[in-house]
Amino acid sequence: MKQTNSILQRLSFLACFTAVTSLMAQTELDVHKEVELPGQAKPIWVSISGLTGEAATALQFDLYVQGFAFTNAEAAQYLITGSNNGNLQARATDPHNKSTLVSKAYSGVALRRQVHAFADDFVQALGRKGIAQTKLAFKGENSPTSEIYVADFDGHNAQAVTKDNNLVAAPCWVPGHLAIYYVSYKLNHADIFYHDLSTGARRAFARYGGSNISPAASPDGSKVAMILDKDGWVDLYVSNADGSDLKRLTKSPQDESSPCWSPDGKWICFAAKETEHRTLCKVPASGGALQDIPTGGTPSPTEPDWSPDGKWIAFTAQYRSGFQICVVPAEGGTAVSLVEGEDPSWAPNSRTLAFGRRHAGHYTLSLLDVPTKQVKDVSRIPGISSQSQPSWAK
Amino acid sequence: MKDENMKVNKFANLLVIGLVLTVAASGCRKHPVNQTPLPNPRTGTVGDNAGPGFPFKPGETPSTEPNPFGVPNAHPQNSADLHQGWIEDAQALKTDTVYFDFDRAVLKTAEKPKVAAVADYLKANSGKAVRVEGNCDERGTEEYNRSLGERRALAVREELIRLGIDPTQVDTISYGKDRPVDSGHDEAAWKKNRRDDFIVLTPPK
Repeated sequence: MKQTNSILQRLSFLACFTAVTSLMAQTELDVHKEVELPGQAKPIWVSISGLTGEAATALQFDLYVQGFAFTNAEAAQYLITGSNNGNLQARATDPHNKSTLVSKAYSGVALRRQVHAFADDFVQALGRKGIAQTKLAFKGENSPTSEIYVADFDGHNAQAVTKDNNLVAAPCWVPGHLAIYYVSYKLNHADIFYHDLSTGARRAFARYGGSNISPAASPDGSKVAMILDKDGWVDLYVSNADGSDLKRLTKSPQDESSPCWSPDGKWICFAAKETEHRTLCKVPASGGALQDIPTGGTPSPTEPDWSPDGKWIAFTAQYRSGFQICVVPAEGGTAVSLVEGEDPSWAPNSRTLAFGRRHAGHYTLSLLDVPTKQVKDVSRIPGISSQSQPSWAK
Repeated sequence: MKDENMKVNKFANLLVIGLVLTVAASGCRKHPVNQTPLPNPRTGTVGDNAGPGFPFKPGETPSTEPNPFGVPNAHPQNSADLHQGWIEDAQALKTDTVYFDFDRAVLKTAEKPKVAAVADYLKANSGKAVRVEGNCDERGTEEYNRSLGERRALAVREELIRLGIDPTQVDTISYGKDRPVDSGHDEAAWKKNRRDDFIVLTPPK
């Protein structure tokens, strides 16, 4: 009897707790009706047959990091059949309503790129945005030096952008342009460079006294947010893309870091530090009062990145056990902790994140499908011991 | 039935333990051990839940604001180019490397004599300059550490200026956690990496 009582007590506690959490979940669902809750979605089951070797593994990678998983033809929601003798021919069908989603032959580029093109055709036929032909910029380190690299989103076809034989950091794509900003220490000074990837030409963008770090191009490319300490404190600044009209947006003896933009270009979100704890904040890009972005008590949030659809902010939380990739509704609220990792960058589909996984001081780049929590490492560059700070081209 | 009860009982137990641990853990975070809360020198707070946050009027001239450190600490115009091509000496002030507490950029009293020694060196060599290089241990994310490292460099720069050194003689740079002196992953390594190094800069002949 005593035992039953104590079970009942616990169960009533459990019931209260469940009621509260389901209420919270309900509120979130109301706000984000059209979005699957992070980490809780089931994958879409697909069967792949007829493809071999690199074509099969590349297609599996492309689909896995966008929320698909693989099974046999009987259990699958969609069937993909094809052949890759030389060029790729592939067909995607829905066996339940006997419809064909994609049926195409591809040619003219390497097989791997043909597979990426088919993956995009398939995903787009389901009403989603394909990401298999996008690019990543990142930092590749071989201590004591690092260089900026650009690669396909799966890590293949990596190319060094810099050959500075020094330290580099924090690459950031200019949305819609074949251009990046990054930090290079080449001049024994931490300076922000603008690098046109189509011509290879670069120019120093910010070279003020002190360190010039953490550049973030605005969604339309017309402005750049950055961290400077030219005025003696480490603060958030913004200027036009030609360097004119530099404005100081924070004024704090503590530090700010890792600015990112809201997709409408109105806000800059960043990691701030108060005397005893860190928070995510946002400030109007034209200047004004700072606003807290509550993350439900998540410890030490840094490295925010605002999703292109405007709904979520991904960030790194620092737990005692290590770093976790988290997402929180952009207006703040309950943060969901997803997987171990650092420095998330959203893909254009607003569901996949690129991030770094640290092991014994070295980073590996991985992709995470936020709704299903499916994770895959991207291909490593041979001879480069650490790859981190991904920026997904949008 | 008994089995069912056992399962429910176990689950309820786990849940209660989980909740207690969560509450305990968040309690720990609010009151960290071995950390002395420092007064916030700002007039407002950056975006906590208590109010609209730290107001900033766009267009204000930053240098007219009161400086919480009490010394004019802005970098001089064009300071990025002031010492380009100067000869670097990492050895002259090697023994004066300044160390910091975890996640802190406050210059500790015990470290101040080293900064005073650097000030004396610069006073005796007024044609030379120094680059203060801020570094962090590996705990912390990359760009967070880059900002923290710069604050560590600025803390020493301010002390040098307070001791009478010309601001044009002191450059700062942050390497974040990219330049550890010890690549180990324990406190013995970390405490060596939380540091400011001094690089003496001499004009080319």
